[in-house]
Amino acid sequence: MSQLTTNYLTPTGREEAWRFTPLKKLSGIHDLEVSVADNVSLFAKSDLPKGVSLTTPNTSDHPPAYAASDIVTNRVRKEAKKITLLAIADNTEIAEPIFLQRKCGPTAEVSRTAIQIGVNSRATVVIENNGAGKLGEEIEISLAAGSSLNFITLQEWDLNSVHLAQHHAIIGKDAQFNSYVVSIGGSIVRISPTVEYTGMGASAEMYGVYFATDEQHLEHRIHVNHSVPNTKSRVNYKGALAGKGARTVWIGDVYINKGAEGTDTYELNRNLLLTDGARADSVPNLEIETGEIVGAGHASTTGRFDDEQLFYLQSRGIPADIARRLVIRGFFAEIISKLKNEEIEERLMNRIESELSRVGE
Amino acid sequence: MSVLEIKNLQVSVITEAGNKEILRGVDLTVKSGETHAIMGPNGSGKSTLAYSIAGHPKYLITGGSVTLDGNDVLEMSVDERAKAGLFLAMQYPVEVPGVSVSNFLRTAVTAIRGEAPKVRTWVGEVKEAMASLNIDTAFSERNVNEGFSGGEKKRHEILQMELLRPKIAILDETDSGLDVDALRIVSEGVNRVKASSDLGVMLITHYTRILRYIKPDFVHVFANGKIVEAGGPELADKLEEQGYAAYITA
Repeated sequence: MSQLTTNYLTPTGREEAWRFTPLKKLSGIHDLEVSVADNVSLFAKSDLPKGVSLTTPNTSDHPPAYAASDIVTNRVRKEAKKITLLAIADNTEIAEPIFLQRKCGPTAEVSRTAIQIGVNSRATVVIENNGAGKLGEEIEISLAAGSSLNFITLQEWDLNSVHLAQHHAIIGKDAQFNSYVVSIGGSIVRISPTVEYTGMGASAEMYGVYFATDEQHLEHRIHVNHSVPNTKSRVNYKGALAGKGARTVWIGDVYINKGAEGTDTYELNRNLLLTDGARADSVPNLEIETGEIVGAGHASTTGRFDDEQLFYLQSRGIPADIARRLVIRGFFAEIISKLKNEEIEERLMNRIESELSRVGE
Repeated sequence: MSVLEIKNLQVSVITEAGNKEILRGVDLTVKSGETHAIMGPNGSGKSTLAYSIAGHPKYLITGGSVTLDGNDVLEMSVDERAKAGLFLAMQYPVEVPGVSVSNFLRTAVTAIRGEAPKVRTWVGEVKEAMASLNIDTAFSERNVNEGFSGGEKKRHEILQMELLRPKIAILDETDSGLDVDALRIVSEGVNRVKASSDLGVMLITHYTRILRYIKPDFVHVFANGKIVEAGGPELADKLEEQGYAAYITA
């Protein structure tokens, strides 16, 4: 991934980038032999405030701003005729979150989106992916100098949905990009949040929560490329798994290039196995080409919630179902509370709890 | 006034190699305000007694009965036993990732008392209990038992006992792994709860050391899965001098 090349071939599963992913369950989104529909699928949930525009120009007028290596991203670029363009004017502060709702069609489809935050502007964008869908997508996010974006994507899909996505952020001078990826629903969700920096003082905080139950595959592949001096990244993803065949993959690639003196980075992934039969892969990877940095570190832990913990909590009077909920809520609260939206918080925790109660059925 | 009555209790441990008999007919009655020391050599079944009463799923009750104020404890789920007024301070408290001490204590107290404690009084109550056990307030934000030292784990157990106010507490080798200072702090905690709540205590220990701090009313020698001798505090002195050799049968 360190070299951005265009490798446009159907993956076989032997590639490093695809070795964890069950290709057979992707509904052909990755498979060049299978046709996909071109569908504009993102819509604003309510009227947009002044300074914000949502349009669907031809993709030919909006060429990609970076070279992609991901096969699905390249396919999206080839197939999508329209791009969904959310633009926020310069020097605009949007206090209320902008909600975008996904509406997928019945067959496998692609979607290309660009989000542009003007100079010194601030906004929160929430994308709600729910219902049934088989979606390959690319979201290109550019933050102009001094801007700030909270970018929240909620994967609350139905349990048969398939979602393959890349979120690529290009962060300008002194801009702050905060990404929150929440993946709960879907048969397969595979999201690659990737980040590059174009100016000093640029910073990215990337948070994630995922909860996989029976036979669900949730994969998050983070890639942070520090290529200019004095940039910062923080990555913190937490996942829980319950039930047979529940599977999560977390890849955290952080590159500190030769010219990136003063880089400050830390990435963290924690997984909680709630039952037997679940599997979490966690692969942090840090490559450093300069010693002149502020800090660089990573940590990865995978722990179990087992019968002894259940016994311990019960022996203090806590009923078994509350004990499990307590553990999960506590585990996710650190990140979900950062969304600063009680309604979403409660909805996510309720979805997690209702899925947990169905484990093994 | 509460009574924990154990009659002819027989228990096997469930293992992959089959069930193994551990307790061979234990008779013991613990009443409010009484402190019973259960002393015996390693492997005699003391901890099995503690965990069977608390309802650990690893143990299979094969005979006998356990009642608390006439109610059948063995028919209760683990959490129902705690709600009925039983508390087990564990020798090896379990780490619970993702659950902070403050959240855990609040949830447990809510479950036991049947209603959430009032925020204002609760914070003070926890702070006071922590202070008296020399527990740093920063403890509240740590995950339950995660990364705790041996002494911190034991103090945390006694903290829970103070807040949950059980009728009968079983302290399973609470003294093990404690230095003299920690032992004194933990013992003072137990004595404080006893003084304020008429707690009945079943104190399981290998050594007589803790009995200098927590005075037993009765001492029972436990060997080979049952109580083989019972007496007053003087029995502990005899064990201190002579050890358990006389009770271990080949």
